[in-house]
Amino acid sequence: MRNGFPFKRRLKVRQVKGGVFRTMFLAATLVGTFVLIVLIVDVLRDGAGWLDWQFLTSYPSRRPEEAGLLSALFGTLWVMAFTALLSFPVGIGTAIYLEEYAPDNRLRRLIQTNINNLAGVPSIVYGLLGLSLFVQALALGRSVLAGAMTLTLMSLPVIIIAAQEAIRSVPESHRLGAFALGATRWQVVRNIVLPSALPGVLTGTILAMSRAIGEAAPMIAISALVYLTFIPTNPMDRFTVLPIQIFNWVSRPQEDFQHLAAAGIIVLLIVLLGMNAAAIILRNRYQQRTEE
Amino acid sequence: MRPENPNPPENAISTYSTSPRRVRKRPLLREASITWLLFGCALVSVLTTVGIVVMLAVQAAGFFRQVSVLEFLTGIQWTPLFDPQHFGVLPLVGGTLLTAGIAILVALPVGLASAIYLSEYARDSVRRVLKPMLEILAGVPTVVYGYFALTFVTPLLRSVFPNMIVFNALSAGLVMGIMIIPMVSSLSEDAMVAVPRSLRNAAYGLGATRFEVATRVVMPAAVSGIVAACILALSRAVGETMIVAIAAGSTPNLTLNPLESIQTMTAYIVQISLGETPHGTLEYYTIFAVGLLLFIMTLLMNLFGQWFVRRYREKY
Repeated sequence: MRNGFPFKRRLKVRQVKGGVFRTMFLAATLVGTFVLIVLIVDVLRDGAGWLDWQFLTSYPSRRPEEAGLLSALFGTLWVMAFTALLSFPVGIGTAIYLEEYAPDNRLRRLIQTNINNLAGVPSIVYGLLGLSLFVQALALGRSVLAGAMTLTLMSLPVIIIAAQEAIRSVPESHRLGAFALGATRWQVVRNIVLPSALPGVLTGTILAMSRAIGEAAPMIAISALVYLTFIPTNPMDRFTVLPIQIFNWVSRPQEDFQHLAAAGIIVLLIVLLGMNAAAIILRNRYQQRTEE
Repeated sequence: MRPENPNPPENAISTYSTSPRRVRKRPLLREASITWLLFGCALVSVLTTVGIVVMLAVQAAGFFRQVSVLEFLTGIQWTPLFDPQHFGVLPLVGGTLLTAGIAILVALPVGLASAIYLSEYARDSVRRVLKPMLEILAGVPTVVYGYFALTFVTPLLRSVFPNMIVFNALSAGLVMGIMIIPMVSSLSEDAMVAVPRSLRNAAYGLGATRFEVATRVVMPAAVSGIVAACILALSRAVGETMIVAIAAGSTPNLTLNPLESIQTMTAYIVQISLGETPHGTLEYYTIFAVGLLLFIMTLLMNLFGQWFVRRYREKY
């Protein structure tokens, strides 16, 4: 406060500093977007030329120009279907139990903490669990079923947490209204809670599925095989999935296989994009409905 | 109440008893069985944890019967596939921490800065565009990041460091850093958004600029969330598998030089899994010993991160 002049000069400095950092913060936020664009352009440039009907309908081959990802594509579809079938009911069941049934006691908190911790377990550890529990102890072999069960255990925590959030967002007054009319707890859950929570649960499940099918690590522990020249016809068949096939092609030194890997990545990203779009559409419809 | 109903509803027992107590029994039975069914679902996740711990412990025991824990934890040579065999896990741990460290060096400043931008600067319309971009980044499969690291980032880096090895820790670490930016950013942003408006307004009232409010009021108030975000992101980086398996190499190497080829714990597990090592051999058991150590490391980090949030959260 000696006189106004140093203050004004300092204020100017502070404002300039603020402006510079604002730009830097914005730049940092855009780093991710920038890398994403570079990544997509890089993959498209490497792989688009190799992506054709022959690539989608051929089995893997030692000759890159004849190789395709038919078995991996169908393996992914098989595993995804069984994972969804197994993880959705168990996930939503757990979420209903924790939100609607469990008394707020030590056991409930234990289960909740446990789920939060499971969400942080590295995916390769789930692969080891699947290898020794499903492949060996339960003698399922390196089958579609063993792979799907492993992915189920891996994606359950994500699905449960998403389903819990959806269930929690159902207003308490709806439940109380139904209870007042004499509904049992299950009737409340089935007729009041589930219908309004379902879109949120589905969104969470789809997002968890899309993460699960992109995961290569646990699948490598379960089924290392990539030279599969047949499509699985039942859940006990051996299988390979897109990420394993891509990993296999990336690991080869020849340039042509790198192009195949890029083409495989394009297919994988399109599958994921479709699933995410479905999730976003569901979420938007859901939001509109709750705002009504 | 409805004695003449020719088709009594499933739940109303009319054939052998009309006492209200009996009438209510079947629905109650159904309610109870549904409760147990749902409890069974919840039990699956508890059993998963038990399964992981028991499985890792039992299989790793097969390893530790032949190799002492001390040799495993303090040895600086990891050559399980060659003669003479050495089972010192430190090179794998070193490689893991090196790549994860590089990743955090990238993700912390970038993620924190973008969290500040999203919570303190961005208008709602801008946030609605930028947040989904970060979500997409988080949803890219790791095998795709691995491809990107090996075929794009590594050649780029080699034009700067010509004597760099093709498979190296730097390239994998940098791309892993990109991968965990969304995690650091969204967890830190959650912590910053939770800081009450009144604290910011008090600082603005004293004449602070937006930058000063962000760095001297909001960040200190959100520090527990930011630290937790870092720990959780580090844990994620330690457990990350495909990027390092593709781009960081398969040479167990105790080094701090990011230009060298290394091997992480996860990449070792992948390497052995690919080789279809016969079940029951010592080499086979090594992946469970390494997996056990990996599980313990990430679990401790996750627990510490969660504890840190609870312990140091400012109550408003």
